[in-house]
Amino acid sequence: MAEDKDILVCGELLEDKMTSVTLELLGIGRKLADELGEELGVTFMGSDLNGTAPPEGIAFGADKVYVVDNPLLKDYQTDSYVAVMHKVCQDLKPNIILLGQTSMGRDLAPRLAFRLETRLIMDCVDLKIDPQTKLLVRTKPVYGGNALANFISEAKPQMATVRTKSMAAAEHNPSRKGEIVTLEGALKPAMIRTKVIARMEDKEGAGRRLEVADVIVCGGRGIGSAENFAYLEALARVLNGAVGSTRPPCDLGWISTELQIGLSGKVIAPTLYIGVALSGSSAHLAGFGNSKNIIAINTDPEANIFRVAHYGIVGDFKKVLPVITETCKKTMSSNRSQ
Amino acid sequence: MNMIVCVKQVPDPETPPAGFKVDPAEKRVIPPLGAAPVISPFDENAVEAALRVKDNYGGEITALTMGPASAEDVLRHAIAMGVDEGMLLESPAAEGFDSFATAYSLAMAIKKIGAADLILCGREAADWNAGQVGSGIAELLGLPSVTLVKNIELMDGMLKMERVIPDGFEVVEVTLPALITVTNELGQPRYPTLKGVMAATKKEITVLSMQGIGVDTSKLSSMSSDLKLLDLFIPAHERKCHIFEADNLEEAATALTSKIIELNPS
Repeated sequence: MAEDKDILVCGELLEDKMTSVTLELLGIGRKLADELGEELGVTFMGSDLNGTAPPEGIAFGADKVYVVDNPLLKDYQTDSYVAVMHKVCQDLKPNIILLGQTSMGRDLAPRLAFRLETRLIMDCVDLKIDPQTKLLVRTKPVYGGNALANFISEAKPQMATVRTKSMAAAEHNPSRKGEIVTLEGALKPAMIRTKVIARMEDKEGAGRRLEVADVIVCGGRGIGSAENFAYLEALARVLNGAVGSTRPPCDLGWISTELQIGLSGKVIAPTLYIGVALSGSSAHLAGFGNSKNIIAINTDPEANIFRVAHYGIVGDFKKVLPVITETCKKTMSSNRSQ
Repeated sequence: MNMIVCVKQVPDPETPPAGFKVDPAEKRVIPPLGAAPVISPFDENAVEAALRVKDNYGGEITALTMGPASAEDVLRHAIAMGVDEGMLLESPAAEGFDSFATAYSLAMAIKKIGAADLILCGREAADWNAGQVGSGIAELLGLPSVTLVKNIELMDGMLKMERVIPDGFEVVEVTLPALITVTNELGQPRYPTLKGVMAATKKEITVLSMQGIGVDTSKLSSMSSDLKLLDLFIPAHERKCHIFEADNLEEAATALTSKIIELNPS
């Protein structure tokens, strides 16, 4: 068996469909595989999979799809998923392993890296092949996003988790050919040392809506209180958008933590982002930097947000937002009646 | 419950981005003048998590850090918050260690300290944001791990944690001994009391050495050269923000609104 060859993506499925980050991993995976003249594989782990995902994996660029179907893989869980990926990696001996910087990836990747005694870089925003060594150069934000660092290592497999929405999704090509391989999980219940006894999630909730919203009005520490978020909600309603927050209002209990945007919160990339009374710290920028149009409202003209925004106003949001909200309401209703 | 909390001293992450400087040749951050280093914020959440367990169920907490002698400050901060003991794994070279070398060193220190039911770490350090050391220590020690914990309860002799997931949280049961990483959703860490600060100033910190904990220093130096930092740089922000100005705020806001309506996708 060839050693240290081929790219392996750790895929994520939601109800038998590849998640958007999986398509992004296939996109960058394909690019790296083509540059190295190697193959791209993707693993799908789960229970009772209906078989619709693997052909899609091939259509989106994988040469091989490895399916591991086992009851112990029903929902993500550290011990079972790490054990399976470890065995897959020992058998396939890939050159590069890519995972998403997701709830699953963040938990799986470090234990897998340590078990394989290799080096991992998390939250990569860029991946390139070094022309001389043919090794993977992994770029990640550090110091809360204030700086970028490029890392390289000879340790194999070379592992990286990739920040969501930082890479282009793979292109769909239904005429592509590939192979679907079923692998055994080799899992035993005794391996599982943690047990999920309840799950409280609101898949239709505000957090999920925030991730897919195309207009986001985001508040920071300067909002001052939970009540003042009403100003942002009013504007978001008129623009058919969602409200988000930086970390301080969440820590202070003014708004739900599921609406936190940033390095340790959600990553968003809406068409329109309006940042209100927030400084624009690098940690928050990590969550919205790829927004298409960025607007800032802050009383401090020196605030960092003005270095990243396209448009802005220096002023008190309690005065500015009502004007914007009312003007939008008037303009939009007059447009509708035309 | 015997607990060990791993804490790290980092440059203050609240430093405004304008004050953040890097030496690209040395590949190091230039510490901002006058700003003292602090305990990494998620590690402070981990200390708080341990203190809540101690408040509710009793136990002893040891704070462990690796670094130069000056790293003692973060141990004293933890003691001022209510932690019982502080241990420093003295290592002037620790600044250059990657996640693997760091986790290996801390795991060896934890083995030396012995008898911990629960090990707590922050989810990632505020300097390098690697996010691996906690899970890495668990892997090296063969312990189960739960990441992104925001609440801990002891019920019927089992530890039940709330773990943050994208649209909510899950309740996880784990056999002890175990390692957890803690996230800010746990809530604000408590402020040190005056009494705590006084006690912390007088407290004797235990100093451990690499040799003393059985670290193979040749293995450690080859480990820390396995990952190379090629570049460290501040990305250029070339954006020029168009600030809407007018005689009064209302006019400026109205002008901005036209732009918003233009850019609004729906």
